[in-house]
Amino acid sequence: MNGFANWAVHFFMLDEGPLIWLSDFLIGCATIGIIVALTYFKLWKWLWDNWLTTVDHKKIGIMYLVAAVLMLFRGGTDGLLMRAQLSWPNLHFLNADHYDQIFTTHGTIMILFMAMPAIIGFFNVAVPLQIGCRDVAFPYLNAISFWLFFAAALLFNLSFVVGGSPDGGWTSYPPYVENAFDPGPGENYFLVALQITGIGTIATGVNFLLTILRMRAPGMTMMRLPMFTWSVFITSIIIVFAFPVLTVALALLLIDRDFGSHFFTVTGGGMPMQYINLFWIWGHPEVYIVILPAFGIFSEVVSTFSHKRLFGYSAMVVSMIAIAILSFIVWVHHFFTMGAGPGVNSFFGVSTMAIAIPTGVKIFNWLFTMHKGRVEFTSAMLWAVGFIPNFLIGGLTGVMLAVPPADYQYHNSYFLIAHFHYVLIGGTVFGVFAAIYYWWPKMFGVLLDEKLGRWHFWTFMIGFNICFFPQFFLGFMGMQRRMYTYPAGYGWGIINLISTVGAVLMGVGFLIFVWNVLWSARFGQRDTTGDPWDGRSLEWATTSPAPEYNFAIIPTIKGRDAWWLMKKTGESINGPKGVPFRPIHMPNNSGRPIIMSLFFFIAGAGFIFQWWILAIIGLLGVLVTMAQRSFEYHDHHYIPVEEIEKTEAAAGRL
Amino acid sequence: METKEHKFHQETGFPWKHVIGLLLSLVLTAIAFWLALATHQPPAVVITIIVVLGFGQLLVQLYMFMHFTESDDRAWQVPTIYFALFIAFTVVGGSIWIMSFRSIVS
Ligand code: HEM
Ligand SMILES: [Cu+2]
Repeated sequence: MNGFANWAVHFFMLDEGPLIWLSDFLIGCATIGIIVALTYFKLWKWLWDNWLTTVDHKKIGIMYLVAAVLMLFRGGTDGLLMRAQLSWPNLHFLNADHYDQIFTTHGTIMILFMAMPAIIGFFNVAVPLQIGCRDVAFPYLNAISFWLFFAAALLFNLSFVVGGSPDGGWTSYPPYVENAFDPGPGENYFLVALQITGIGTIATGVNFLLTILRMRAPGMTMMRLPMFTWSVFITSIIIVFAFPVLTVALALLLIDRDFGSHFFTVTGGGMPMQYINLFWIWGHPEVYIVILPAFGIFSEVVSTFSHKRLFGYSAMVVSMIAIAILSFIVWVHHFFTMGAGPGVNSFFGVSTMAIAIPTGVKIFNWLFTMHKGRVEFTSAMLWAVGFIPNFLIGGLTGVMLAVPPADYQYHNSYFLIAHFHYVLIGGTVFGVFAAIYYWWPKMFGVLLDEKLGRWHFWTFMIGFNICFFPQFFLGFMGMQRRMYTYPAGYGWGIINLISTVGAVLMGVGFLIFVWNVLWSARFGQRDTTGDPWDGRSLEWATTSPAPEYNFAIIPTIKGRDAWWLMKKTGESINGPKGVPFRPIHMPNNSGRPIIMSLFFFIAGAGFIFQWWILAIIGLLGVLVTMAQRSFEYHDHHYIPVEEIEKTEAAAGRL
Repeated sequence: METKEHKFHQETGFPWKHVIGLLLSLVLTAIAFWLALATHQPPAVVITIIVVLGFGQLLVQLYMFMHFTESDDRAWQVPTIYFALFIAFTVVGGSIWIMSFRSIVS
């Protein structure tokens, strides 16, 4: 009994001190609170019917977004904890182990469980509406993608209070992460959770690739696609080709850890650098996976709020294709210091710098779109305009890092940290916020408050620069990444303190955003027209939120900026008057995706703790749910004409 | 959910193609495992055979599962295949080039 009690105390990390106790307490309260609230307001059935089993891309998009914002909160808390620890020399607020775990979960969560679901959420929210179709190509698969991501995120976050978090960095380099140096379940959490969400992401890539290739409304040729949809198309291609490499790298490392093979160990003939090589074959395309959709968002926002068509459409498309191809031939810039020799390093240095060219083309196109436009500085537009200088700093410092001899100095210093936060926050996070302000009315039928939106933008943007700009100098002064504390007397203290102040300001910005969401839900201006920004693409032709079937009659597209053209010529989205409605074919909801991902979760836990029975049960469950799907014949229904008429009449489109 | 009239591919009868594909890919995998674990050939021989088996896998996947020859949309298929070949070449060739630094060091 005593043995068991000891095991349990260790397993649930109760011997780890107050931070864990507090988390346990908060998690417990939140869980109980949610359960009580759902039961008290009798919302379980509503939750199950409307959300948990949905295959509607609009709802899946919203769920992705909610999860992403929650993860932004978790990752942001990690970030603030790190900044608190580093704010002054010789602090012992966190010990070395905890600091390692926190920078690992911070990075992993921000890239894979915040940035990815946020952009994939907007794929879902906008793409089917923009191309004039009723759902994605595979709605059921889409639900599976979401629930796999969700199960993985849950599993990963559980590591904080059960068994211990991974501590090998978001890159998880061997040999350190091999069993010999890093025993315990921590690193397995990383490997398994990424594996599960990776499967979902590949499915998303396939899904949107096919949606855009096959489901476009008649007349919506590729060169008439809204720029966001183009960016999703290119991103999907990158996903499909890059993620399998991650799958392989993670699988090999997990086999090393779980079954004692020697792919990446130093002893036993393994090659640790091969993992690093594989990781970045995925890793660099990954950073473009999270930035290209943001580019797409900025294109939409800039052209909408300049009330002009996008400048240089074809150049935008060509440069995105160029970026996609180049993103696959630059990966060595993450490990120049491996010392692969001058030939390799020069080739990858030059190819890396080349990416700056198509990126620059895009920047000029946005500037020219604004040029002589009637620019309206709404919150969404503020994020788009703020993105340009901030991303520029990130891109230019990237080119500095791309010079191999110089990179021997910068590599893994705070200069690098500052670089990628400028591109990831200044690019992706700004893009996500722009999209939130821009598409919020489409998602929820209510506008976010503009005044709070401006406060949100300015505190966050200023805080971001105060936080990360000084880090370039910390890098020059020799401060390395991933150090948990540092001695006094290097002159780093005050700069770190400034940086921490900036981080707190970003936290304040986030709180203002949350306040804005709550305030607007209650008092915000309702969007009754469906087109609050005088938009240009088809999503603004529908009501806010769009009806289940999106378009009662699939529109015929006559040019770029399809909705703008329709407004100009006074056409209705439902075509000429008197065209009769026909019953609409829609996919049925299904509880199986969430159940299947529950089994993935169980199997994942099995692989993490090496409880093989659990792993087998989980995998069997996955197989059974898959097989069941093969025998499902009644997976669709028709929306009757009367119902369509009722909805369209209510929207004033009859 | 069709927006245009697509030619959806309908299988009739028993899915022989899939069953044979599954068996073939299992056999190919088993041979690779057996070569690596149970035989004592020199590594160069093992690696060469595994590469050949890998190509076999690729063809099985493309023909048996992905219905490579049955598409009605060649306009997208051809460039996609070229891009896939480009990526495969970059990843494999590039990795060999990059990781050969071991021989420089040692
Ligand atoms: C002009 C474009 C860019 C160039 C030339 C560039 C160049 C580089 C180089 C050379 C490094 C490695 C530095 C080192 O480890 O010493 C690096 C790291 C990094 N870059 Fe960029 N970059 C660019 C754009 C981006 C974008 C758009 C993103 C993401 C949205 C991004 C995210 C990252 C990340 C996350 C790392 C660090 C990964 C790590 O070690 O943890 N970069 N970049
Ligand atoms: Cu990179």
